[in-house]
This record gives sequence, C-alpha cells and structure tokens, in this order.
Amino acid sequence: MSALRILVPVKRVIDYAIKPRINKAQTGVETNGVKHSMNPFDELSVEEAVRLRQRGEDKSSPMKVENILALSAGGPKTPDVLRTAMAMGADRAFHIDVPEADGGPEPLTIAKMLRGVVEKENINLVLLGKQAIDGDQGQTGQMLAGLLGWPQATQASKVEVKDAAGTVEVTHEVDGGIETLRAKLPMIITTDLRLNEPRYASLPNIMKAKKKPLEKKTLADFGVEDTRRLKTLKVTEPPPRKGGGKVEDVDGLVSKLKELGAL
Amino acid sequence: MAATLLRLSHHSQFARLLHARATEFLQNQDPDLSDSQRTVREAVGKICSDFPDEYWARVDESKKFPTELYDALASQGWLGICLPQRYGGSELGISEAAVMMQTISESGAGMTGASSIHMNIFGLEPVAKFGTEEQKERWLRPLIAGRERACFGVTEPNTGLDTLKLQSTARRNGDGYILSGQKIWISTAQQAEKILILVRTTPRDRVQKPSQGLSLFYTDLQVPEVEITEIPKMGRAAVDTNTLFFDEWHVPEVDRVGPEDEGFKMIIHGMNAERILIGAEALGLGFAAIRRAALYAGERNVFGRPIGQNQGVQHPLAESWMKLEAARMMIYQAARLYDEGYQGGEYANAGKYLAAEAAFEACERAILAHGGMGYAKEYHVERYLREVFIPRIAPVSREMIFNYIGERVLGLPKSY
Repeated sequence: MSALRILVPVKRVIDYAIKPRINKAQTGVETNGVKHSMNPFDELSVEEAVRLRQRGEDKSSPMKVENILALSAGGPKTPDVLRTAMAMGADRAFHIDVPEADGGPEPLTIAKMLRGVVEKENINLVLLGKQAIDGDQGQTGQMLAGLLGWPQATQASKVEVKDAAGTVEVTHEVDGGIETLRAKLPMIITTDLRLNEPRYASLPNIMKAKKKPLEKKTLADFGVEDTRRLKTLKVTEPPPRKGGGKVEDVDGLVSKLKELGAL
Repeated sequence: MAATLLRLSHHSQFARLLHARATEFLQNQDPDLSDSQRTVREAVGKICSDFPDEYWARVDESKKFPTELYDALASQGWLGICLPQRYGGSELGISEAAVMMQTISESGAGMTGASSIHMNIFGLEPVAKFGTEEQKERWLRPLIAGRERACFGVTEPNTGLDTLKLQSTARRNGDGYILSGQKIWISTAQQAEKILILVRTTPRDRVQKPSQGLSLFYTDLQVPEVEITEIPKMGRAAVDTNTLFFDEWHVPEVDRVGPEDEGFKMIIHGMNAERILIGAEALGLGFAAIRRAALYAGERNVFGRPIGQNQGVQHPLAESWMKLEAARMMIYQAARLYDEGYQGGEYANAGKYLAAEAAFEACERAILAHGGMGYAKEYHVERYLREVFIPRIAPVSREMIFNYIGERVLGLPKSY
C-alpha cells in the first residue's frame, strides 16, 4: 500500500436550491429545463480526496495520493459534473453513458459497475456521497462494500490516514455522540455534511480541467447490464403543510396540547 | 430530499433560496451559451450566491467597498479572465467576460458588484497589448492576484466626451514627466493603488491630427501631488467615484505605456469591449429586477389572488424579459464578433444602448409591480433603479451612440 488510488463517483442531480416538482405523468420529479449540479454529498467526497492529496504532500504524511478518478453515470450532460470534479482537483474522469429514463440505473447496478471499475483501475479507496439528493436511496456505498468484501465507514465527518500500511480512521456522528472506526485499505467511505467545506473551482483550474482526460464508457465495459428490479408506481407531492398557531408562554403551550389531546 | 441540504453550512443558505428561481429560469433559458460561457456562469454564480441582496443593501447603506466579493473573485483567479496566462490570467474572450459581469450583476450585486472589479477585467488591455515585458510582469501580476487595484482616468470636467480636447498635460522632465490637470468620474480612486491615465504630451496645435499628442501612463495614484475628492451620487454608494486634481506630479518614464503621443490609439482599442461589458452588467441588473418582480407578483395576494395573475402586472414583466433577451442577443453577438477580431463598433454601441434602456425599463416596472413595497429599500428594486442609470450614461451617452449609428451606419453627416 504505497499510495492512495481514489475513486470518487459523482452524480448530476437537480440543484439542491431548487424546489422539485412532480412531472405530469407522476412518474418522478420534473428534470426538464431545471438547473442541475453535482450532488452536494459528492462535492464533499471530491473535496476530501483533494485534501487527502494535499495532506499527502506533507513530508510527515504516511501516504500520498497517486491518482483521483472521478466517475459519473448518466446522459449527455454528465460531463459537466465531471469537469467540475476535475476543476476541483480530480485527475481524470469516466463518463459511463447510460440512458436517463426512469430515474437511471438502480443502486445495485451502479454498485456492480463500480466494482468493475475498482478492479480494472486497481482502486484502493472509494469515497462516495452518503446519498444522492434525487433518489435519496443511500445504498450504493454499502452495496459496493458488500460486493467487494471491503470494510466500510459510512457518513464520515473526519478521515485520517494513520500509517503507511494503510490504516485509516474515520469519525462519524451517531445518535449517542461521535464514533471512531479504524480499518485498513482497501476500503469504502461515504461522506456526510460535516466532513469539509467543498472549495469553489478557481478559473485557472477550470481551464486546466478542460485538458484532463475524460473517457466515455458503457456499463458493458464493466460486464454489467441495466437490469431493473423496482418499478415506480406513482410519485406525488407531499400534502401541503397546515399553518400552525402561536402560544404566549409555556402554560399556553401545555393547555393547547391538552386541548388537542396530546397530553 | 433537497430541502434537507439547505442545512449545508458552507453556502449561505439564504442566498441560495433567493437565487433559486433565478438560476432556474434564467440560467437554463440561455440555450445559446457556449460551453465555456456556461462554465463561467455557473462558477461565478456559485461565488456570488454567498453575497445575497442583503449584503449589497448593507454596503450601499454603509458606503463600504465590497472587499469580500472582490477578494473572493481575486482568490479564485477571476480578475485575470481576459489577461495573458503568463501573468496568471486565463486568456478567455470578451464573450466569457461578459457572461461573468452579467452574472455578478444579476446576482443582486448590480453595478456595485460589477464596478468593484470592472476596471480589472478589461481596463489593462492597453498594457497587455502595448506594454513591455517588464511592465506586464510588474503590473499585470499584482492586478490579477488582487494585490493592486487600478482605476481609469480619461474624462475631464471641462471636456466630457470630447476626449481629444483633454486639457491635462505632461511635460518632459529628466527621467520622467510632470503631470498637471484634473480628471472626473474616476471610480475606485479612493482605494486604487494605480491609475491608467491619459494626458496631453504635445499641444493640439503642434500635431497633425488631434488624436495625436496624447500619452498613456500607468502609475502610482496614492501620492501627495494628487488630490482625490469623492463625488456624492445617486446610487452605487459603496464604489466611490471621484474628481482628481494634480499638479507637479512626477511620473517616471518607465510608467509610460507604449510610445509617447500615441496614447489615444491604445485607449480606443478597448472601448468596444468596455461597452459590451457595461451592456452585460446592465442586462444582469434588468434580469435581477424582473426576477424579483416575478417572485413578488407570484406570492403577493390581493383581492384573493396573486397580483401576478393579473395581466396588467404580468404583461409588462413579460415584455421586459423579451426586450432584455433581445438586447442580450446583440451584446453577445458583439462580444463574439469582438473576439473574432471584428473592429466595428455598431453592435457594441447599439447593444450597450439597448441593454441599458431595457434594464432601466425592467427596473422601473419591477418597482411598479411591487407597489409601495418597491419604494422600500427592503425589496432592493429601488437600489437597482438608482444603479441602472449608470449604464445609461456611461461610458458613452445615448446621444453619442445615436450619432455613431447615424454617421457610421446610415452615412449621414456628423451632427456635432
């Protein structure tokens, strides 16, 4: 384990600031003509990969980063987010060309494809967002760990490489406080909001990213088929929230709760 | 879902909320943008989302230069968008710079945000084009890095747009020149370390053409021989505008750009580009106004329905959008032509005119759509209206643009 070879899968999703609307056919969220950007959790994983590289350049650091590969599966606009990842610091990118219809491939399909990429590209660390904000499934990282038989640390709020043998400590928040996990590379880490603050890509780095290699691939290149096991029956808007009432003080709150039968 | 992400700490969540609809319906309705323009719009929009309308209202109120935005753009390399890569720039075209300026303005920053960096974007083109290697190394690098700010000194109180009659002079003295005279409408001079200044080195009666005899200098501004007085003005209070008086001001010869007496040619070189950028800044303000008006009209309920459901409110905004888009087409055509080497000024001038007028109308209609609220500072559109007069007047008046088109396109006799 001399150096880190990191895979960072990223997804192009509806921008998080946009209020999603259900499409007319009620099969999913309307994506036509809506601003898209990189899944915010994936921004965190790209940022963490780049920070691992920066920390690795320090002499006292146990491991250097050899390569950061960004990957995204999607339609013709997918390269946008890959260029962003490379502008932030990824070295190269794979665009897995898949149709965007019906919400795109399922997490298991993606996880199987990622396993293929890990094996072909000799990856020893995969950093994934804990979930994509479109489907909110939060499965891919865990499935990938299962398929590869690798240790996994989910919802990381801190990642630290401890020694040259590839011992990694990952901190994450749990209900009772903070839990620290230790594992040895190769491993899977999924990222959570408190991990870091993703950088803005600088203009010179945006320019450089245009020249970094971006390869187009297919699921078949990694021996995977886009099999669908789930069928979406219907997607509807949540019921509108009813307006609340204001109470003067604690006594008012208590009597209101009693009145509503909650106490 | 997406809403949970609003807890993200690193982006100002309020900013994103305010901008959400805007980026949604403006950004995605620019199918004409090139890939690099789109990249610029997205990246700059992201930086600007940390500076919401409230920030701009605050600096307008406190007259405090928006250093935070300036620093953010400088640290990410944006000040060098058009300048050579050798000195830290990115060598993109005016087409990209126009998108950048429009996006900044459109974020709610208006002319305050745009003017805080405007001079950096294209003002030093004469230096990039005609300066020596030594000068470019000495001047462009700190400018791009945001360590030095520059201002632009051409206009004079007694000559206005009649640039060739400039009265400020420079006379030879040993290893340099002695400058005397005055300048007006010099934005950012309170803070700028440097000034690009045009003065007469040979009197008009001793040159063959009136365009000769002017020389260009780029030199230190904060010296005791220069008196800088701020002009209180209608809008854009955070970015100062000044008069300059200078007497017996020694400027070394190494600070002269290009050959002596040839300054006018060098200044004129960047003028079309500047018109395009100002036009793009106006567009941004107009789109920002329409966005705010549409959001307000969609939410404000009177007589049991949103006021935006009334055609009397809806249609003027729709028409303004069309006018802004039409002007945008011309501005970006002018930018593309400029980048391709086209020298004519008709599209840059006409585009600036159309953009500023459309933006003015958009700001006015935005206030009217807000009713009484539009007159309150809290709703920001009154600030937009005060600022939108700048692109109507500067860098060239509407009337001079008509004159240009009348003479150059229609072939009519010169009227002034």
